[in-house]
Amino acid sequence: MDYFTSPSVFYAILAVFAAGATGALAFRHHDRAANILGNSLAAAGSLAGLLFSGAVLLEGDVPAFGAGSSFSLLSITFRLDQLSAFFMMVICLIALLCSIYALGYVRHYYGRYSVGMLGFFYNLFIASMILVATSHNLLFFLIAWEVMSLASYFLVIYERRESASIRAGSLYFIMTHAGTAFIVFAFLLMYQATGSLDFEAVAQGMAGASPLVRNAIFISALVGFGVKAGIIPLHIWLPSAHPAAPSHVSALMSGVMIKTGIYMLVRISLEILPGPFLWWGLVLLVIGGASSLLGVLYALSEHDLKRLLAYHSIENIGIILLGLGGAIVFSSAGMNSLAALSLAAALFHTLNHATFKALLFLGAGSVIAATHTRNIEKYGGLIKLMPQTALFFLIGSMAISALPPLNGFFSEWLTFQALFQGVISLDVTTKTVFILAVGALAFTSGLAAACFVKAFGITFLARPRSEAVSRASETGIFPRLAMAGLSIAIICLGLFSGAVVRLLSGVGGSLANIGGAEAADAAGFESVSVQNGFASISMPAVFIGIGLAAIAITAVVFLLTRRRQTVIGRTWDCGADLTPRMEITATGFSRSIITVCRRVLRPSSETEIEYHDANRYFPKIGEVTMGLHDVYRTYIYRPLQDLLTLLAGYTTKVQSGNINAYILYIFITLIALLFLLDLTT
Amino acid sequence: MTQTIFWIIQILLIPVLSPFFIGATRRIKARLQNRAGASSFQPYRDIWKLLHKDEVISEDASWLFRAAPYLIFATTLVIGASIPLMSTALVNSYTGDFLVVVYLLALGTFLLALAGIDTGGAFGGFGSSREMLVAALTEGGLVLSLLTVALISGTTNLMAIPQSIGSVPFSESLPVILAFIGFSIAMLAETCRYPFDNPSTHLELTMIHEAMILEYSGKRLALIEWSSANKYLIFITLGANLFFPRGMADSLELAPVALALAVFLIKVGILCVAVALLESSIAKLRIFRLPDLLFTSFVISAVAVGLVG
Repeated sequence: MDYFTSPSVFYAILAVFAAGATGALAFRHHDRAANILGNSLAAAGSLAGLLFSGAVLLEGDVPAFGAGSSFSLLSITFRLDQLSAFFMMVICLIALLCSIYALGYVRHYYGRYSVGMLGFFYNLFIASMILVATSHNLLFFLIAWEVMSLASYFLVIYERRESASIRAGSLYFIMTHAGTAFIVFAFLLMYQATGSLDFEAVAQGMAGASPLVRNAIFISALVGFGVKAGIIPLHIWLPSAHPAAPSHVSALMSGVMIKTGIYMLVRISLEILPGPFLWWGLVLLVIGGASSLLGVLYALSEHDLKRLLAYHSIENIGIILLGLGGAIVFSSAGMNSLAALSLAAALFHTLNHATFKALLFLGAGSVIAATHTRNIEKYGGLIKLMPQTALFFLIGSMAISALPPLNGFFSEWLTFQALFQGVISLDVTTKTVFILAVGALAFTSGLAAACFVKAFGITFLARPRSEAVSRASETGIFPRLAMAGLSIAIICLGLFSGAVVRLLSGVGGSLANIGGAEAADAAGFESVSVQNGFASISMPAVFIGIGLAAIAITAVVFLLTRRRQTVIGRTWDCGADLTPRMEITATGFSRSIITVCRRVLRPSSETEIEYHDANRYFPKIGEVTMGLHDVYRTYIYRPLQDLLTLLAGYTTKVQSGNINAYILYIFITLIALLFLLDLTT
Repeated sequence: MTQTIFWIIQILLIPVLSPFFIGATRRIKARLQNRAGASSFQPYRDIWKLLHKDEVISEDASWLFRAAPYLIFATTLVIGASIPLMSTALVNSYTGDFLVVVYLLALGTFLLALAGIDTGGAFGGFGSSREMLVAALTEGGLVLSLLTVALISGTTNLMAIPQSIGSVPFSESLPVILAFIGFSIAMLAETCRYPFDNPSTHLELTMIHEAMILEYSGKRLALIEWSSANKYLIFITLGANLFFPRGMADSLELAPVALALAVFLIKVGILCVAVALLESSIAKLRIFRLPDLLFTSFVISAVAVGLVG
């Protein structure tokens, strides 16, 4: 095993991605070669990375390696503790299947956009995410973080002739760099407090830092990494950027990239900063509850399949934050085993969300490639034209709606149990937050189910709603292979949840602020039980129970009715000809829920009518556009932008564009500095 | 050996009894409205009749429409094996968690809503939309009301909850009562009763559940009807045995269990009368008034959780 986890293997993995990137670029004039080279090397690198990180996780030792550099502060060092190895494993697992998918999916870009460029940035993107998860030096981390942001930016604007992609990319570019500014600020505070940029040294040095500094670090890290994670209200880039990228990249961005924000929040709040404060956890619980509820409500109002999925990422980040917030609260109260439980829930949901969100994005990519539209209102009946994609999408939909026996249910169950423990064991004020968090989680999963009835039902069921959709056909073998792989992962993570809990318990226990506590009493294949038998569950039993019951009832009904016939007939149409226009639309499906939540969602409706005559008595065409008011833009980002413009206006007085003035400034600065130097010496 | 027999009874009790209690509720309602009403055993005859009829399936329907009734029925069977019926000595630490039951119910709703959309008719789609609206907003009240009794008992296992709720003194039973109110509202919503839905209507303005299953016929309709009956009895049982657990046996002896079964039937009967009384005395609410009621259920249950401990 030692051989697997040696540094040279890690470097070799990075080299494979480098080869994939340069290879794709070298063959950029041969689409086919660029596709095969770029994506198969990415898949190979990811597979090796998966084995490598898996071996590190199971073995439990902490490989640390690397080298210094000519800058004293920057050292290119890696350290794979359990947390890093876990996130690297998630990244590689999803990247592996996305790369397999891409082998088939990228074909429809042949001749339209440069496949070589796609392969280059794609490999760079995966490699930089691995570096983010494993780097051990703050400065090196920032470089990797920036490469990740830039690579994903170029992937977002990949379809560069679409103006929407460019707009989405610009917004993403601005938001992510605003976030990076906060991260840099947090890192500078750490450096100031400890005099080092090494993760371990910083963690040791932070013990002496004042509460003020620790709070400041937490807040700026929350904002900085919160932008990447897509928490509300910092999410505005996410629903436009994720859909703009090619679908396998969307899957990686939504499934994995936003988790790097979670990774650093976990590391900073539970390892680097000693003794977290109670209010950090409470803030995360409130943000998590709000993000999950609002995320799913916005998803309900979307008609663009990929935007809908992107909003669900916000929802699921909210659920992960509920687990993380709980872990911080428990850790601050010294209840380490509860913190371990709560963190295990958060990490499990991180892994689960990566699998089902990637699957859903890949499924959406296949649907879009087959129908050439992202508008959900145009779909319908695809279950007959794309039966396998439909099955995979259904599995993903059920998992994300937290329906048993799939993995999404188990991680929400674990999150619920962690929150219940908060209700039991904490004082009244804190308890109230936990009760509301339980409520938010319950409503969220209900609304997610409603949203996926809409997403799956309108897309795949009933009759095709447009001509283009009725000509759709099943996607190629590689995309189906990748989706099958993810579906199997979803089922296995549900079935073997006991083993995963045991693994995650180790990951959480390795963090300083949890101190080796176990997440569950017993976690085996048979059942998982937490907190001295407060709750127990057996996912295999649920799985087998449903299966056996379904088989039994099918057999009984078959025996009773084997002589009866089944006639294929028309759907009841009330005597009129039933057309696809009579089917329920996505807008109609979700409008009732939106109306119920109108205070929060602020629905809008614009009516445009064209008339036959000047007197406007006889309407010719009427069009109603239903949407939502963008409250974040109106109340947060627009005023912020106005403020920035105003401030920029003031600076024009100094920064006039006149080169003589600038020379004067330089001159004055020089004089001032000379005086300063004179004074100090 | 006795253990096995009791488990068989536990698993079969819900599907065997459920049509009777649906029939009984209808019968009581009829009597309250001065009608003779059909026999309480009519639902059995209906199911038997439907099982012996040919079936018409829409040409637009996919395999999901065909598979859904079996899967929905299967979920109710698993739930039936996970809830306390007669004895607290039966232990199910595998699927007995209340969240498992709540989410298995959600699985059934999810599949039924998809089947409603599947045939491409106008009715099925809006039925699904309304059903998901109600189901999504019920979740909060349902989870928190069950959480109240779980916290009092120190376990989320439904089979283990009745034992400790039975020993709560009356003076401290306020959270239990509040949780029961919250639960009752959620129950009416989940089982498609007044004031949420009219179980005996086929008017497109008002129907929710019936709109979704409009395209079903024959054996699959029988299964769907039977599953809804199961769901009704499951909720009534939860209401009766979690919040008023008096009379449940605490051993696996024959005599106490037989007595417990009799008490169980009486308790369920009383709750059916209550449902019938309610349905005869109030009107169905407008659909956009329903969220207020469901939110009330959530708030009452949240207060109940807050009062525990």
